[in-house]
Amino acid sequence: MPKIKMPKSSPSIDMTPMVDLAFLLVTFFMLAASFRSSEPVQVEIPTSVSDKIIPSNVIMVTLDKGGRVFFNMTNAEARRELLENMSGKYQVGFTDKHKEEFGFMESFGCTMRELPGYIDLSSEERGRARTLGIPYDSTNNELKDWIYYGNLAALNTGKTLFEEAKKKGDNPNANDFKPKFILRVDNNTLYVQAQAVIDVFRDLNLNNLNFVTSMEMPPKK
Amino acid sequence: MAEIAEGGGGGHSKGKKRAKKGSTRVDMTPMVDLAFLLLTFFVLTSTFSKPKVMSLVYPAKTEDKPEDQQGPKINNAITFLLSEDKIFYYSGQYYPKSAPGPKGPTKLEETDFGPDGVRKLLAEGNKFVLSGKEELQKKLDSKQIQDSVYVNMLTDLKKKDQALKVLIKTDDKAKCKNFIDLIDELKIAEIGVVAPVEIMASELELLKEKLK
Repeated sequence: MPKIKMPKSSPSIDMTPMVDLAFLLVTFFMLAASFRSSEPVQVEIPTSVSDKIIPSNVIMVTLDKGGRVFFNMTNAEARRELLENMSGKYQVGFTDKHKEEFGFMESFGCTMRELPGYIDLSSEERGRARTLGIPYDSTNNELKDWIYYGNLAALNTGKTLFEEAKKKGDNPNANDFKPKFILRVDNNTLYVQAQAVIDVFRDLNLNNLNFVTSMEMPPKK
Repeated sequence: MAEIAEGGGGGHSKGKKRAKKGSTRVDMTPMVDLAFLLLTFFVLTSTFSKPKVMSLVYPAKTEDKPEDQQGPKINNAITFLLSEDKIFYYSGQYYPKSAPGPKGPTKLEETDFGPDGVRKLLAEGNKFVLSGKEELQKKLDSKQIQDSVYVNMLTDLKKKDQALKVLIKTDDKAKCKNFIDLIDELKIAEIGVVAPVEIMASELELLKEKLK
């Protein structure tokens, strides 16, 4: 009598649907992820119910919990213009390489004298370097100049962008191209310190400020 | 699994020589491993909520600052005094001890950031705007008014005399978190006029007494 051969059941499972799903999710997260840029300063952001997203053309001043001030702005072209103006004002020379690098830099918090050396550091070293923040006291108010010239440069580039948009036939709103002023404060920063920075803005007649916050659920009605 | 034919062509096969069917299955385990590794990585690194901003308009600086910021023109105001994680308030005008008002000198009341604290206080104080907003919302829902009209009417409503106005004063121990939390509560209560102002010396004394 011939033996009946039982079909050996294969130990492997059909993984195709699972792989499909896994890759779908990978693709989704890859596209949805926006990498957090490595800022040299860690800030614990307060929460609010506000749902306004951060605008694209901004001048951002960061205050960490020790009260150190960091400056940052978007648009590489405007940043280079800003650096040129600042180097003229403070008589600090920058090479072309410095200027190029400065365009893509993150927040920085050092004095004008320290800036060329700071730009030379690699981005990891910048994170480790303990800088003292941009001075903003009345005798040496570098922050005021950064904001002032930053605003000028941002307005210039914003203007060219506006003209371009106009030429294209869009109907642009001029206000969208003006820089917005953003304050990123730590939860534990003393408000008096924030107030000092706010006063710098107000001295320049820039009264409309924005605080960076993270989303919080609005209270239920 | 991709299998390799085992046993070199058995010599004892009697029937037809059958080509061994190669299995169509590919071992997907490494791929799946990789996929899940990437998945985990992206899930953990991605930050979903982009940071939001909360705008606040500060009063413009004038050269000769008038000292009577709280003149009698502000009739429906509440003043908050912030210290480290503590919040005090008084409503109406400020009466120093030297010149007490009809109800005596101003006394500070303590409150907190909980739902029964500031939020309740503001909701009651700003009933005028909140109920007005509800009416507008109803009109908007029933398509009687348009979006832009709604926004304009709401801004006007917030600026009316009956709407609550808020002054914020801080001492030197207040943290930014306290300040932002308060602004947030004001946004929830639809307060239109918010003014962060300098604290007066006599108010600071009152606050210090309270903190003891």
